[in-house]
Amino acid sequence: MSGIPPTEHVETEEKNYLQEGHTIASWLLTKDHKRIAVLYLISVSFFFFIGSIAAMLIRLELTSPRGTLITSETYNKAFTAHGVVMIFFFLIVAIPAVFGNFLIPLMIGARDLAFPRLNLLSWYFYMAGGMMFLVAMMTGGVDTGWTFYTPMSSIYSNGQVTLTLVAAFITGFSSIFTGINFIATIHKMRAPGMTWWRLPLYVWSHYATSVIIILGTPVIAITLLLVVFERVAKIGIFSPELGGDPVLFQHMFWFYSHPAVYIMVLPGMGVISELMGCFSRNKVFGYQFVAMSSMGIAALGFVVWGHHMFVSSQSMYQGIVFSFLSFLVAIPSAIKVFNWSLTMYKGSVWLASPMIYALGFIGLFTVGGLTGLYLASAGTDVHVTGTYFVVAHFHYVMVGGTLLAFLGALHFWWPKMFGRMYPEGVAKWNAMLVFVGFNLTFLPQFVVGYLGMPRRYHYYYFAPEFQVYHVMSTLGASVLAVSLLVPGAYLTWSLKNGPKAPANPWGAKGLEWEAAASPPIKHNFAGIPVVMGDVYDYDAEAEELAYRGLPPREESK
Amino acid sequence: MAISLDKMNQPQDVVYEQFEDLGQQQETYVLGMWAFLVTEVMFFGIMFLAYTIYRWKYQPYFYALHQELDWKIGGLNTFILLMSSFSVALAVHFHQRKMKMPVLLCLGFTNLCALAFLVIKLLFEYIPKWNKGHYPGPGFSWDSTYIPANIAQLWYSLYFGTTGLHALHVVIGIILFSVLMFLIAKDHPIISDYLPTEMLGLYWHFVDLVWIFLYPLYYLMPK
Repeated sequence: MSGIPPTEHVETEEKNYLQEGHTIASWLLTKDHKRIAVLYLISVSFFFFIGSIAAMLIRLELTSPRGTLITSETYNKAFTAHGVVMIFFFLIVAIPAVFGNFLIPLMIGARDLAFPRLNLLSWYFYMAGGMMFLVAMMTGGVDTGWTFYTPMSSIYSNGQVTLTLVAAFITGFSSIFTGINFIATIHKMRAPGMTWWRLPLYVWSHYATSVIIILGTPVIAITLLLVVFERVAKIGIFSPELGGDPVLFQHMFWFYSHPAVYIMVLPGMGVISELMGCFSRNKVFGYQFVAMSSMGIAALGFVVWGHHMFVSSQSMYQGIVFSFLSFLVAIPSAIKVFNWSLTMYKGSVWLASPMIYALGFIGLFTVGGLTGLYLASAGTDVHVTGTYFVVAHFHYVMVGGTLLAFLGALHFWWPKMFGRMYPEGVAKWNAMLVFVGFNLTFLPQFVVGYLGMPRRYHYYYFAPEFQVYHVMSTLGASVLAVSLLVPGAYLTWSLKNGPKAPANPWGAKGLEWEAAASPPIKHNFAGIPVVMGDVYDYDAEAEELAYRGLPPREESK
Repeated sequence: MAISLDKMNQPQDVVYEQFEDLGQQQETYVLGMWAFLVTEVMFFGIMFLAYTIYRWKYQPYFYALHQELDWKIGGLNTFILLMSSFSVALAVHFHQRKMKMPVLLCLGFTNLCALAFLVIKLLFEYIPKWNKGHYPGPGFSWDSTYIPANIAQLWYSLYFGTTGLHALHVVIGIILFSVLMFLIAKDHPIISDYLPTEMLGLYWHFVDLVWIFLYPLYYLMPK
């Protein structure tokens, strides 16, 4: 895609967005989407750190079959904290709020998102929710699991359930604000010439995500609010004592929370599409199919929630229908995986660190997706329900998928965001270390889960032979922890000491690379760009010949 | 009554820096508002879902319980809300023509209707029910022998939950309309364009529409 500003491009000495103000107020009251993205980057990293500490607690506890390190109750609080923080405060927010915020206006050629104040407000809601949850954790914690099943959450649990539910409720609004903002922006603020079929796939996937957010999040918000009422005022519609149905809570909860996994993974898929195109120097294979598969996932995602409830007194016929519908989601997911793989075919592949993360994503997401079919099939699911098989499955999608995409995006767009390069050699080795650590953590969990290790147990003295898998898993988690601290270190280092990044260090296509400086100026572009060409118009053959030092072929102009 | 047709002070239209022109800004605002209304539909949708499931499960009891509500009061409130929606539509119409006083009068009438709705709801519905102990919770008192107390409590949970959520939206509407009227009276530059009135109008029509569904579901149940 070639973005040509209407006026002749003049190198101006205009300040970039980081230099627009240095006071704390200039950050906390900013309406610039790029600064809000940086605020989000700092806060999601903080919550990721908190969630990881809880994860390490779980892993350390499970090294011994007798559960000697912490009590059952503390263990329950640890995995609840891990789930709540990682899902509500990291995975759902991470890619849309950091990179979506930063990149959508840049990619479509706009000066900012449609509603900048709403954007800032969403960050404050997120922080308010996050802080409330931290208070809840410090004043007693929650032991219901992140799913808050009734009547455990509404009647029996003793922890800070109310505060946690309110925290999740408030954070939901931050999500809704972001979703509304993205939809309005993508519909109405595209630069001249930026047609729907010229949108980068990253924008398409965020569009699909936003649709899920605005349709799903209100449902969970009201559902959690009803649990709060039930707990506080003893009125309730899920309470069996009143003739209510606790399973209704599960339906309402999963009606949001299953689509929510697509909120978590779709933005990651958008990142991978960008990375595959850029580092294969090829037009993303089947562009329109990949774009529409995002929309397909968003639509199908809403009709499969029942596969979380195969053993929750759901009727057999419902189970069959939900099982069948769940299989259908495999189709758009597979379209993406095949198209990414084919993008590399006859491309000029460059194994830079973001590309290594992208390749890792494809492999791990495939494993996560295929094991998902075991769980979508109502018959086999009964055998592995509530075991570590499920845990391993969703970590392959959420960590192997979303987290790797997050890291890939962080490395790919870091020069654009902060105008500095990081040490590529370390980054490459570290990307491979993440892959190894991840597999060492979660591959044994498939095995031990299939053998019968239940999730959410803090001991397994009934089966000491499981210890070897748990020790492998904890070892892997330690490797993973180190490999996640390393980028934190070198990226922070690069902020001051890294070499200055050019506007387009990867030779990538797209308005954010071709028409904006690194880091971009406050209003992104010197003038609103006019889009003339197609999206991803890389020339793989010419790139490959140039790389090998050969002259360009006669036919290829 | 003399309606003055004084034109609004018209400073330059405010186009925020992220937009190219007023047209784009207006389209974007309206689209954003509609997207927000989608989330609102889903908010109420969950309450309607719960209602549907329990009514299907306990239809005879729900029918008996709905007789506790007075359809005449509900009908009066429906009428009041419809009038308020009509006057909002008029306000948008006048604002597009930059007629200041008519806009203020229409919005004032809307707010009056909204207040009347709340007062009627409180005086004739919530407070009598509260006094009879017909509110869900530990203090719930129930003396009917035909309808089990727990199902009555479930019904009242749904009734208070849904109409309460709706009443909350009415309260928010009153606050927003008051702010809007204040800004219009002050000739604030933000209202040189009719979009704020249009957007609040959309919100208010939605609130009205929710009640149009609530009224038959709770007050006009077939046997």
